[in-house]
Amino acid sequence: MTIWRVEAMIMPKDGVNDPQGEAVHGGLKSLEFVGVQNVRVGKIISLSIEAKSEDEAIDQAMHMCDQLLANPVIETYSLTATQPSPAAKGSIA
Amino acid sequence: MTSLPNVAVIGFPGSNGDHDAVHSLNIDVGVDATLVDYRETSLDGFDAVVLPGGFAYGDALRCGAIARFAPIMTPLKQFAKGGGSVLGICNGFQVLTEAHLLPGALLRNKTLRFHCFPCRIGIVSTKSPWLSQCKEGETLTLPVAHGEGAYFVDDQTLATLERNGQVALRYVESGEGEGAAEVNRNGSVAAIAGITNANGNVLGLMPHPERATNQLVGGIDGLRILSSLLDRGKAKSKAS
Repeated sequence: MTIWRVEAMIMPKDGVNDPQGEAVHGGLKSLEFVGVQNVRVGKIISLSIEAKSEDEAIDQAMHMCDQLLANPVIETYSLTATQPSPAAKGSIA
Repeated sequence: MTSLPNVAVIGFPGSNGDHDAVHSLNIDVGVDATLVDYRETSLDGFDAVVLPGGFAYGDALRCGAIARFAPIMTPLKQFAKGGGSVLGICNGFQVLTEAHLLPGALLRNKTLRFHCFPCRIGIVSTKSPWLSQCKEGETLTLPVAHGEGAYFVDDQTLATLERNGQVALRYVESGEGEGAAEVNRNGSVAAIAGITNANGNVLGLMPHPERATNQLVGGIDGLRILSSLLDRGKAKSKAS
């Protein structure tokens, strides 16, 4: 078993109001970053998951997002797994 | 002999409107309300359930997202599915959407500010037994107190809700002072302040009726909603 670092990136769906993104966009405009067309603010949840393979770790994280981490009414999510660090390899006894 | 309806008010870790609700229901409305701990696993003997306002589980992840897994939610879902009367106030409304007992979700206010002021709330539909004492088209003055009160549903679901009479309450006038001219200050879809499930037995609303049941706190329009509980008492005594 290996510990995988899986990051769930959770974003407001298209069409869902994101006042925080609009406020950040306003801030960037004030700093004269005039080329910015749109800003959306979401969140990243970093998970350390013990699994046999990358696919299995992603599969587990997908279930977590469907059941709790994301709200499908207002949010979408995407998942990326990163290579386990050598120190983390098999470190759960 | 008439028996008073028994009302459970659920206390989650982080609830702050639970004692207000119990007090208002017992003293001002005149029902038999009890604070029920979130770790309880039964709602036997209760005629109605209120999920109060506050910040259950500190609003971790999303408002209501963790409260949905509290032990009390299992009997609550059964109670609601069996037609039992459930009222979610503010954070209680957020918990009911996360628990899929009500459609939609509640987002950050579009102003990014905490809103705390009285609002004029229009009664859109009296489909819910909670609104049995109200008339469609009348307005109530109720306080709001929320940071995440912007109701959201997609267009298709909104059309279904409107067709079924599930849109119960709308903001018709907001607060006082700066911004009061704007009716729908939190940015809710279709200015929605409260909705019901398809059967009408579950009502969620952002305004606080339990904070408007005594002139001492500035108004009694909350009684127009909460006194509907007394009808359950009548029904119960007729049946027994």
